[in-house]
Amino acid sequence: MHDTLAETIRVEGTRILATLIRTVGDVQLAEDAVQEAALAALGAWPVTGVPPEPRAWLTVTARRKAIDIVRRERARPGKERAGLELMEIGRSDGIVPDSVVRDDLLRLIFTCCHPALSPPTRVALALRTLCGLSPAQIGGVLLTTEVATNKRLTRARQKIAAARIPYRLPADDELPARLPAVCSVIHSLYTSGHAPMEGETAYDVDLCAEAVRLAELLHELLPDQPMPSAVLALLLLTEARRPARLDEDGHVVTLDQQDRSRWDKQAIDRGIAMLNDSLLRSGRQADAYQLQAAIAAEHARVPSYSATDWWEIVRLYELLVSIAPSTSAHLAYAVATAEADGTASGLAMLDELPPSPRWHAVRAELLARDHRYAEAAEELTRALAGPATDPERAHRERRRQVFLDLAG
Amino acid sequence: MAQYLALTYTADVDWWAPEQASELAEYRQFALDHAGSVKASAVLHPTPTATVVRVEGARGGKVVTTDGPYAETKEALTGYYLIEAEDLEAAIAVAAQIPAAWNGAVEVRPVILAR
Repeated sequence: MHDTLAETIRVEGTRILATLIRTVGDVQLAEDAVQEAALAALGAWPVTGVPPEPRAWLTVTARRKAIDIVRRERARPGKERAGLELMEIGRSDGIVPDSVVRDDLLRLIFTCCHPALSPPTRVALALRTLCGLSPAQIGGVLLTTEVATNKRLTRARQKIAAARIPYRLPADDELPARLPAVCSVIHSLYTSGHAPMEGETAYDVDLCAEAVRLAELLHELLPDQPMPSAVLALLLLTEARRPARLDEDGHVVTLDQQDRSRWDKQAIDRGIAMLNDSLLRSGRQADAYQLQAAIAAEHARVPSYSATDWWEIVRLYELLVSIAPSTSAHLAYAVATAEADGTASGLAMLDELPPSPRWHAVRAELLARDHRYAEAAEELTRALAGPATDPERAHRERRRQVFLDLAG
Repeated sequence: MAQYLALTYTADVDWWAPEQASELAEYRQFALDHAGSVKASAVLHPTPTATVVRVEGARGGKVVTTDGPYAETKEALTGYYLIEAEDLEAAIAVAAQIPAAWNGAVEVRPVILAR
């Protein structure tokens, strides 16, 4: 009961915040007011039951709280006008039309993910204002402290106010320039949840679920834009395979060994449909999200590892590294090449890439295929010297033992 | 309306040198094109002409001056424009037209206006 209640407050809180920021013109004031309204709801609803219009209840309460805060701070210059406007707003019934909520949410998204803010700041702001996470939770996600997160959020709000980062909807012709910053926030959120650099994997917060939630929201708000649907497709297709990534004992299961019956078939179908729709809308050249989603779709659509069309995957990676080169894409490209064209080709590609723990782990697997077990074990020793999540580390240790045994 | 100081960071050039004439003309053209929003502007002599002033201790302390910048840098402060704009996006749109934006970088800082 308490969880669904908290979830309702969190989801509605974001919508209310979006509207309140526009009406009061102050991110901090709006956040404080929504926070106080959420606390009031958490106190009242378990007793009174959830009101028939929870959003209206929260809206009216948040506005009252905003007025209270303004009154308390009346002494501060420049706040009088906001206070007067609030008096007017406070009289309405709290029902905000859906179309207004939609536009306010988009305003909030585009302000939080404004290119004038640094990428980690955008992520922190999105988690705070769009996902309603606490600074302590955000600190956990960004591998930093609550104090540091609060400092970052405060600086961001100050910059939004002082530099006048506008709280407005980008025009249609501005969207191509503005959407990449928004999509990269969602994608990097998902990536840090799906493939964290290190840690026990267990977060307080399911970051993947938060990222999917944001991707769903952005797609729902901008259904005609190909980039948000590509991001959602990519997340759905990746998320669909998550249940098979660990076995019952929490051990890492690599793609070739995964029990494909544990994949979420519904999510795969929806992801593929979403990708096709996105490709249809973009018409021209595929973007990085579409290519990554297409690669995920290639894996998701075949019944077994041996049925994988590796040449198609190689082709997609070739396109991906040409438009969005990254070390992880290059590594995956090398793996796909080894599958399609033989181990020697894969190893040759690896030689061109900078070593990293993952690079060593990939090289180990390729060497082992050529029965070079001693070298493979050595590569894993090097991989184990670097950072990795605990399950990944355990997996590498097990593989290393296998290769040592085979090396005799 | 808000005001922004657009600080240009480029190669540490001597604007008076004949070879800078055509580039300087581009900056002048920018200021003419955006006369409506450019409230003030200046180009600066190169950093070797700079003097750093400090007062030891507190007000009234000994005035200590040092010559020039501390170290050679690739990009130096070479000028500024005071831009008036509706919001940051409008300011960025104007700043992106300053030649320094492609010859170096432009730092856009909001100005605190007296209430």
